[in-house]
Amino acid sequence: MAHNTEPGRGTHGRGLASRIVRSIFSGPVYPRDDRERKWVVFNHLILHFRPVRLPQKTLKYTHTWGLGGMSFVLFLLLVVTGIMLMFVYEPSAEGAYESIVRMQQEVFFGKLVRNVHHWSANLLIAIVVLHLLRVYFTGGYRTPREFNWIIGLLLLACVLTSNFTGYLLPWDQLSYWAITISTGMISYVPVMGDWLREVARDGPEIGQATLINFYTLHTTVVPVLLILLMAWHFWRVRRARGVVVPRSAAEPPDDGAHDRPQYALTLPDLLFRESVVALCLIAFILVVSLFFNAPLDEAANPGMSPNPAKAPWYFVGIQELLLHFHPFFAVVVIPLLGITALLAIPYLRYSDDTAGIWFMSHRGRRTAIIAATTALILTPVMIVADEFWLSRTALLPGVPSVVSNGLLPAAVLGAALVGFYRVSQWKWGASRDEAVQASFVLLTVAFLILTATGVWFRGPGMGLDWP
Amino acid sequence: MSKSPKQPSRKRPKGTEAAAARTASAIAPPDSEESTVSSPRRRFLGRLWLGLGGLAVVEFLWIAIDFLRPRTPLTASQTDIIVAGPVDAFEPSSVTAFQQGKFYLSRLADGGFLALSRECTHLGCTVPWIEEEGRFVCPCHSSSYDHTGEVLQAPAPRPLDLYPVRIENGIVKVDVGSPLRRKSFDRRQVTRL
Ligand code: HEM
Ligand code: HEM
Ligand code: FES
Repeated sequence: MAHNTEPGRGTHGRGLASRIVRSIFSGPVYPRDDRERKWVVFNHLILHFRPVRLPQKTLKYTHTWGLGGMSFVLFLLLVVTGIMLMFVYEPSAEGAYESIVRMQQEVFFGKLVRNVHHWSANLLIAIVVLHLLRVYFTGGYRTPREFNWIIGLLLLACVLTSNFTGYLLPWDQLSYWAITISTGMISYVPVMGDWLREVARDGPEIGQATLINFYTLHTTVVPVLLILLMAWHFWRVRRARGVVVPRSAAEPPDDGAHDRPQYALTLPDLLFRESVVALCLIAFILVVSLFFNAPLDEAANPGMSPNPAKAPWYFVGIQELLLHFHPFFAVVVIPLLGITALLAIPYLRYSDDTAGIWFMSHRGRRTAIIAATTALILTPVMIVADEFWLSRTALLPGVPSVVSNGLLPAAVLGAALVGFYRVSQWKWGASRDEAVQASFVLLTVAFLILTATGVWFRGPGMGLDWP
Repeated sequence: MSKSPKQPSRKRPKGTEAAAARTASAIAPPDSEESTVSSPRRRFLGRLWLGLGGLAVVEFLWIAIDFLRPRTPLTASQTDIIVAGPVDAFEPSSVTAFQQGKFYLSRLADGGFLALSRECTHLGCTVPWIEEEGRFVCPCHSSSYDHTGEVLQAPAPRPLDLYPVRIENGIVKVDVGSPLRRKSFDRRQVTRL
């Protein structure tokens, strides 16, 4: 490439100040024309994560919805506010709660900083999941982007770990019991469950050792992992020559052979768009943080559990499963199957190249809607039926509850899923790819409903209740 | 990843290639490829390095894991024994909470003692004793237990854990070092005078 040399500006006869500026920015600081803009992108460390130019079509906002970029902005916000919090926060069982109260009452802008951290963290989960869905439904995981999907899943795991470890830090009733419940779920892993729980808590119960471990994970280990993984993630996007190129169902796949795609310049076209999204997002977070405070309950009291006690909202779906299935299935089998399915998505055999088309095709869109509607109706019905009428242990006396309450319902639901898959092919004429997509939609919506039920419809004693 | 032919292939500058060639010839005798790849001595040394590297990784992992292992006291400390009080201080058919030991001392109607952990066996909430109902009710997900710790209502999967009780010279002592799990209540679990 020819942009390696500085375009047209000699250094002869410059003063010291301008030579210093030159030594830092060896090229133009304010690029004035396209040639200089290309030069800037190509020669800056950060900007070099992007290509100099990119296909015009991928700029369309409703292709990516800017969700990946938003995740990144939220992460940056979390790092900045997190470091500020670290100056005030005291990671000890005696001092943690008080340090937060002090932050809220005495530190200038303490409340605001904590709110920004809180809302960014929670929004991050939602945005990352939406990003995952965007990537899935536009076929962004297809060759050559399979492995970036896996890196994305690792990022998701890190984001969840971050949120989970952060949840304990305020050391109030909410955090203490949510972490008790969540780590309590681990002990249902067969054979090594108690040992695992002990490792997670660093002792038999949640205490100082747990707090310092979570604090270290939260403020060093996970952020460093996230930074490394993000760099890898972005690099893979770059290596795949940008995001998947959007097209309508009628267009042929973009293999570059048909016609030369139109290109746009990263600077200004991409960077300006990104900045707009980033600024709107930051403004949104600030406004929310001004009006809604991060919750803070009373100080943690190991002698008194709240009623009901719930896991953090992103794990409530699993807690909800625990109300319906034998623990071994709720905590081990079903989550493992879910993780395996997510990991397998890019490596399944697909019959058509639909990368870049929302929902694969018109039929794909229709089957996806049918699947979503099915899950939307059936999941609540099954939850209510299981709560009030179905008692499998009573129906099948003498059968161990692993079978009557675990294997049996899980097998029935698995068979129902296979049935749905087949029906979508026979009845609605879905291709294999579309049937896989419909099943994905079904399971995703079902999980979202389980989560919503756990968050809003579980009252005292975890009985069903109106919010 | 497949590269389209349109992608400009980046050539390594000449200088670098020459330098690479020079280093290679400094390491290996220039006569043949053979000697670098498959001479037995080279192969042996290669494996030795690999083995040592592996060993180093294992050592570091070992140190890291041991460093992070849950910190458990080396010996059962004296503070694990809680002196509950004289036998007569507890009425038959009564349940007394011990905040500092995190257990309940339950005296059965026949005068026997049980020390019950206050940790719900479902997910670990702290269960309060509800005097009026004569049972333990977990606030988190409504499990309940009777005064022997036996489950009255699921989701709790097993009875409350026990701590060993000793009676020495008419004084009740409870060892809260490690809780005992059980499948169900059994007369033998009770400590009598
Ligand atoms: C992906 C990144 C991160 C996520 C998802 C996250 C999430 C959270 C959450 C949910 C809380 C609990 C806040 C509350 O509602 O009370 C929290 C607290 C905290 N975080 Fe983070 N965090 C992240 C990064 C960081 C970083 C990079 C640091 C510091 C370098 C940090 C430092 C802290 C501190 C000191 C607290 C305790 C203060 C408080 O609870 O308000 N966090 N974090
Ligand atoms: C902290 C979390 C994450 C960040 C910051 C992030 C960031 C990004 C960004 C900036 C892009 C470029 C296009 C876009 O904005 O959509 C991207 C693309 C992509 N992401 Fe993520 N991502 C995260 C999590 C995930 C997750 C959870 C997955 C899926 C499991 C994932 C899979 C992908 C894939 C496959 C692409 C390429 C998509 C395409 O070419 O259309 N990422 N990511
Ligand atoms: S923790 Fe006691 S019922 Fe769930």
